[in-house]
Amino acid sequence: MTSLRRLLALAMCGFCLWAGGCGGASSGKSGGIATSGKNVVPISVNGGPEGNYANGVFASVTLCVPGSCNCQTVTNVLVDTGSSGLRIVSSALTISLPQQNGATGHPVVECLPFLSAVTWGPVQTADIQMGGEKASSVSIQVLSDTAFPIASGCKNMGLPSQDTVQALGANGILGIGLFAQDCGPVCTQTGSSNPGLYYECPSSGCQVTAESLSLQVPNPVAMFAADNNGVIIELPAVSGPQPSASGSLVFGIGTHSNNGLGGATVYTVDASGDLTTTYKGKSYPNSFVDSGSNGYFFLTSSATGIPSCSSATGFYCPSSKQSLSATNQGSNGASGTVNFSLANAESLFANQADFVFNNLGGPGHDSFDWGLPFFFGRNVFIAIEGRSTPAGTGPYWAY
Amino acid sequence: MLALCFMFGVLAIPAHVFAVLGGDTNSVQADQVHMQGSLRSTRAQAYTVHEIQAATGTTVREYISPSGTVFAVAWKGPWPPDMRQLLGEYFDQYTQAAEVQSNARTGRRPLYIELPGLVVHVGGHPRSFAGTAYLPDRLPHGVSAEELR
Repeated sequence: MTSLRRLLALAMCGFCLWAGGCGGASSGKSGGIATSGKNVVPISVNGGPEGNYANGVFASVTLCVPGSCNCQTVTNVLVDTGSSGLRIVSSALTISLPQQNGATGHPVVECLPFLSAVTWGPVQTADIQMGGEKASSVSIQVLSDTAFPIASGCKNMGLPSQDTVQALGANGILGIGLFAQDCGPVCTQTGSSNPGLYYECPSSGCQVTAESLSLQVPNPVAMFAADNNGVIIELPAVSGPQPSASGSLVFGIGTHSNNGLGGATVYTVDASGDLTTTYKGKSYPNSFVDSGSNGYFFLTSSATGIPSCSSATGFYCPSSKQSLSATNQGSNGASGTVNFSLANAESLFANQADFVFNNLGGPGHDSFDWGLPFFFGRNVFIAIEGRSTPAGTGPYWAY
Repeated sequence: MLALCFMFGVLAIPAHVFAVLGGDTNSVQADQVHMQGSLRSTRAQAYTVHEIQAATGTTVREYISPSGTVFAVAWKGPWPPDMRQLLGEYFDQYTQAAEVQSNARTGRRPLYIELPGLVVHVGGHPRSFAGTAYLPDRLPHGVSAEELR
């Protein structure tokens, strides 16, 4: 009876939510950017919810209590092709989602490390809708340092936990990268080989737990009923600093008339999701494409000879604009040249009204991080691991 | 030319020589035990490298000067190592610097800490992290930061 009622509610809810969005199978494109279709949602590069984010690309995501019409649309969620999984700041969430519990019946809480911060908070379950795409009963992370005290293993990463809109500069992170789950097989293991991302948290304290693939926080696109083999990020070319830019996030690769690969070159990646970038004759095998990094981040100041900024820590501040070139090579041997330019970050940041920068960059490690500027003027395809597409099985990048 | 000078050779070094950044080789046994990893040690002209392959798949390399100081650590793997363990007395400094760099205007990007006495560079993304931490005033003569990987 309960399940019947639930099914009925789902069907009715589906009807009311879908009625407004049924534009049929037609799709349109404008200047190489898809503008209509059930598999298309708008994205925007702007200052984000705090009005201060440089080179952040944002989308809206609708979340529902599983199987119900109790839904909420969260705006200003950062689109991140460098991670997988949906993460929402708890204060941005107005609906109450069911908590995932572990094997011993206690709440499952996650610590996900990024480069300069971690996200900490409980794993909860939601139905997710974006445009005409739907995924049912998906694990997401709700970011909160107060719901459960941060586990010592998470603190030992030494990075700040971003659990507020102010700290994150976004209402959440929409991780739509190459992988189907945020962690993958190693987090299903017990003992010392488990990296310690998932915890089970009784009141006595959090302990690392083995989390099955089906319970881990997944790439929501991989959970969609259709168009679930990958995405395209479509953003216009940008010629200089500007307040905003609009584009599209297209779901599926080669599943409709608006998401074919066309002439894009496929670059397959290694097991870590990386490709090789060659710059000035030297190869960097841990390079990657990441809409969630807000600039071109590569090598170090001492390696490139390009000065770091004195006040805008972590960015390059060349005295004049640099025109640079590098070559990307996939595991499949495909290669192509990328021309890019680098301006003085402090000059770019000088106008507080600008949030879109096509030549922002900075030092990093011994790799190339092709961040958001790489996406301007390119349609970038991201195929999810294990999913078939007209150009072969993911994971791969194509552009 | 420089590369040729570093004639790496495998040494039989007991596991208890592992140390944290800034420590000496006898100070801490902990790292390998902590990471439950396997160990390989090599010696170059200007330093010795202890490499721990942790059970999680992350590799940690510890660089020890001829005077016995751990002057650099580098790591690479799907997830970061336990930084408190690895950085030792420099952990708090690292944490404070990371906190300062975390703000929305400057967005999400690699961690790039360059303090007078501590340099930390971290790049990558979830499932592929790489980083280096070193003490710039304790680099042995002739060693460049670029070779600490």
